[in-house]
Amino acid sequence: MLEQNHKNNDLNHSAPEVFLEVAASEELRKKGKLKIFFGYSAGVGKTYAMLSAIRRAKENGIDAAIGYVETHGRKETEGLLDGIEIIPRKTVVYKGASIPEMDLDAVLKRRPQIAVVDELAHTNAPGSRHLKRFQDIEELLASGIDVYTTLNIQHLEGFNDVVARITGIVMKETVPDRIMDEADEIEVADTPIGELLQRLKDGKVYLGEQAALAAQNFFNEGNLNALREITLRHAAQLVDDQVQSYLKRRAISGPWPARERLLVCITSHPASSELVRAGRLLAAGFDAQWFVVYINNSKFISEINRDRVMRTLQMAEQLGATALTLSGYHVAQEIINYARSNNVTKIILGKPLKRNLSDLLKGTIVDQVVEQSGDIDVHIITPKKNNKMQVEKPAIIKKSLSRYFNSILLVIGISLFGGVIQARLAPTNLAMFYLLGVVVAAIRWGRGPSVFAALLSVLVFDFFFVKPYFTFVVSDTQYIFTFAALLIVGLIISRLTVRTRDQAVDARAREAQATALYNLSRYLTAAKDISAIVDIVYTHFVQTFHSRVAVFLKEGASLNLQGNPGYPITEHEKAVATWVAQNKQAAGWGTETLSASVAQYVPLKTGDNIFGVLGIKFDYLGERLPLDERRLLETFATQIALAIERVLLVEEARQMQLMREKEIMQTALFDSISHDLKTPLVSIQGSLSDMLENKNLEERSKQAHLETAYEETVRMNRLVNNLLDTARLEAGAFKLSLKPYEVRDLVGTVIKEFEVPLKDRKVTVKISSDLPDVVMDFILMAKVLANIIDNAIKYSPFNLPIDIESAVADDYVEIKVLDRGLGIPKDDLERIFDKFYRVKQPENFEGTGLGLSICKRIVDAHKGKIWAEDRTGGGSIFTIALPLSKGHVHE
Amino acid sequence: MNETGISSGVRILIVDDEKAIRRFLKTSLSSQGYEVAEAKNGTEALTALKSFRPDAVVLDLGLPDMDGVVVTKKIRELTQTPIVIVSVRDQETDKINALDAGADDYLTKPFSAPELFARLRAVMRRLARVQDDPVFNIDDLMVDLSKRLVKVKGTEIRLTPTEYDVLKVLVLNAGKVITHQQIIKQVWSKNQKDYEGIEHLLRVTVSNLRNKLEPDPSRPTYILTDAGVGYRLKFEA
Repeated sequence: MLEQNHKNNDLNHSAPEVFLEVAASEELRKKGKLKIFFGYSAGVGKTYAMLSAIRRAKENGIDAAIGYVETHGRKETEGLLDGIEIIPRKTVVYKGASIPEMDLDAVLKRRPQIAVVDELAHTNAPGSRHLKRFQDIEELLASGIDVYTTLNIQHLEGFNDVVARITGIVMKETVPDRIMDEADEIEVADTPIGELLQRLKDGKVYLGEQAALAAQNFFNEGNLNALREITLRHAAQLVDDQVQSYLKRRAISGPWPARERLLVCITSHPASSELVRAGRLLAAGFDAQWFVVYINNSKFISEINRDRVMRTLQMAEQLGATALTLSGYHVAQEIINYARSNNVTKIILGKPLKRNLSDLLKGTIVDQVVEQSGDIDVHIITPKKNNKMQVEKPAIIKKSLSRYFNSILLVIGISLFGGVIQARLAPTNLAMFYLLGVVVAAIRWGRGPSVFAALLSVLVFDFFFVKPYFTFVVSDTQYIFTFAALLIVGLIISRLTVRTRDQAVDARAREAQATALYNLSRYLTAAKDISAIVDIVYTHFVQTFHSRVAVFLKEGASLNLQGNPGYPITEHEKAVATWVAQNKQAAGWGTETLSASVAQYVPLKTGDNIFGVLGIKFDYLGERLPLDERRLLETFATQIALAIERVLLVEEARQMQLMREKEIMQTALFDSISHDLKTPLVSIQGSLSDMLENKNLEERSKQAHLETAYEETVRMNRLVNNLLDTARLEAGAFKLSLKPYEVRDLVGTVIKEFEVPLKDRKVTVKISSDLPDVVMDFILMAKVLANIIDNAIKYSPFNLPIDIESAVADDYVEIKVLDRGLGIPKDDLERIFDKFYRVKQPENFEGTGLGLSICKRIVDAHKGKIWAEDRTGGGSIFTIALPLSKGHVHE
Repeated sequence: MNETGISSGVRILIVDDEKAIRRFLKTSLSSQGYEVAEAKNGTEALTALKSFRPDAVVLDLGLPDMDGVVVTKKIRELTQTPIVIVSVRDQETDKINALDAGADDYLTKPFSAPELFARLRAVMRRLARVQDDPVFNIDDLMVDLSKRLVKVKGTEIRLTPTEYDVLKVLVLNAGKVITHQQIIKQVWSKNQKDYEGIEHLLRVTVSNLRNKLEPDPSRPTYILTDAGVGYRLKFEA
């Protein structure tokens, strides 16, 4: 950790662009990559394969050098070394013997891209820097050098016992499994058994220390077969694991056919990490989705254990599990509930290492889970013996000591008080005060001090208040019962009180979290746009986390800071946020990536979609955030991301809807315009072409043609004007110029326009003499009236009268146009004012259906109303109602 | 009326960038007996104004080299030759701008040929009137400007001084549209502090004039409203 911090600090000092580059690339890159050539036995060709690979790398221009290779004098292997740089070994002198070893410092100094270090499991000569060669290799990797090495299955610690069982031989040189687990690449060097046996027979295999093993018949066909199978299986699993955990780490979305769902239950016991590993192997084997849970049952848990739980959960998460903490008093019940609600098919538990009293009564948690599991499989894993529970840290003991001291003071206090009132009370009643003391100790200082107080109380009580005084001797045997009662009641009270206290504390914490979450989601749900969400985040985090935040949102390809961040955003911080956005995983303070930043950065993502990054600078001073807060933080981040996604989706849907409506409108417009513009042209072109070409045309027909052509041009002109008006309305270019006008002037002006079309009709204008002036935009209102009169003309036979009436009705001046035409179908009365709506009529009535929609827009702008209705006796009535203005009265 | 006789020798300059429109105008106007010259932009128009010396100009607003309103102003700097604007611009502000720049009338395209002839006759007659006959006759209406006398069907009509002044402006400009502002300028002096109020007063005055002169005030035939622009007095039967 320290080392990593140091490294990141170096990064801080480098130029920002360099840092950005590093941040953008995988952080793992900084570490060298380990490639293991893995085999089931000596002689299968690991070194040969490794050297071949190095030759290929060199051919590709990669700088490779040999740190240590043992060719055992084999010609074919030595041939491969030709032309490859060998870093000179050093010689360690031990007990008079000189032993050649890899010169670690020389390799580090030489810094090749790839260093070849044979035999991973080798134990260094005493006096070397590291005890084991794998530690040398780890140092090389840490310095950024890639390493190629070899390993046999029997040297893997995890397979040590299996191999021992098969072959009967226990290997002394072992390598921890994690080295192999963390290897970046594994290549299996495999040789068929028969071939290997032949090579052995030919003496082509150097056996070294294994020469003795050969004698013990290590290399019999059965053994080799078993080892080969284990090797291949293990390698396959590791590779598979790596692929899967890589995919999950990168949040590459499935298909994840999670037929099986595994639940691993851990405790604060150190062996829990083994459970997690076992869970991972099983999950990989079943191709299962898996969960790791820790049940917090409110019992007191030391800092060190809490920390271990957190680390185990973190490890689980890194291995691809969904890791979480659940709260509940009944552990077994919580496990089963969680398993049921998540469709878990297999539960993995550790075998209990010891049993206590309550386990004998109720059965262990494992027993309870098995009993309640129903159709869920329960796997029980036996942890290795050497994983002992660690002793509590001295700091905790020190802290405890002061609590115990407090208990003593309390008991002394009660005793002094008892001494004062001793004369007035029976000694048995004094015992009650001691019980009170036990309760106080339990509430204030927890279990141990309260138990201690109970014991101390019995002794002090006996010593000072029970005859004979100042001895522990009891003369009256009934006090034995008093003591027993005092002790038992004290212990029970202590236990119950502590539990209640812990639960109360826990409940409060959980309630606070739940409230915070509830509030956040409530506000987020109400947020209408992104900026509202950003505001909510800024106001909310300070309250919940005692922290300052910065919100970055992805806008296109770039990541932009939003609003006012709560702490200064340097280039470095921005770079970390960028890394998070690209890698879709948390980084910064309190994480294992780029932890030198002042704030933690969590991705705002739902599934594989990333919307931004949340930077949080905690006031909390620890090295990392407590587990439950980390969970809460993640939940918060998810909530925020969901809210952003929702807003974006709504916006997208709205845009889509608009587009669709626009499309429909455009289609209607084009249909309408193409029809309505072309129709008059047909008549005009037809009439005129006939006149041009037909020399025998009668004068009467000529006249008819001309009339047709002229009328059609008038109609076309009206249509074009309507289109222009619509365009102006759409563009918002209409500005009302409101002035008081006489309705009579309006009607008179419009009728004048229709002098020709109205020449055969009786048009009656009835305007009440006391009609006040109406505030209107004269030109626009003239358009409205013209459109309506035009409709009346169009939709009624040429010889039927049209009436125009105007009078005051309520707070409006109504202008009515009444015709004796076809009327309007009831269903259409409402819709005729919609744009492009046209009443289904016999063919000869045309119009874009724009006229009335324009009318409605104009009248609406006047805060007036326009409607159509049926006229009794046939025909229709169109009414324009404009608000009566109080200011201007007809003069 | 023998229109060919009236129009013979009268010169009209057509300014329009559209060939088809020039052709139609030339054909129509020539058949009326006018002598016609064409210009397809403002520069040509101003040149033709000097060389052709037209009696009236038919001017399009949307010219390629300069706006018709600018051409109008330039013509007005040189001469009082009547100008009739023909334009697709149908917004009242366009009309007012052109009229206030000195145009005598305004026709929105498309228009009918007889309408254009009538406007041309009106603007040219106004010029002639100045020294001419002070009596105006249309249908049943008679206005004698020299005697301040107004008669409908032979009966004298009593007008207030403002009504008479407005009617006088209309008569002097009979047949062409005259903007509100132009009327107000001539009737209510140049003090136009409360323009809105005076404009309203104008509308009331016109309404009263119609009540006194029109046979059916709800369907006026003498004093016509050009929506948003101004008024026009009927000029030909």
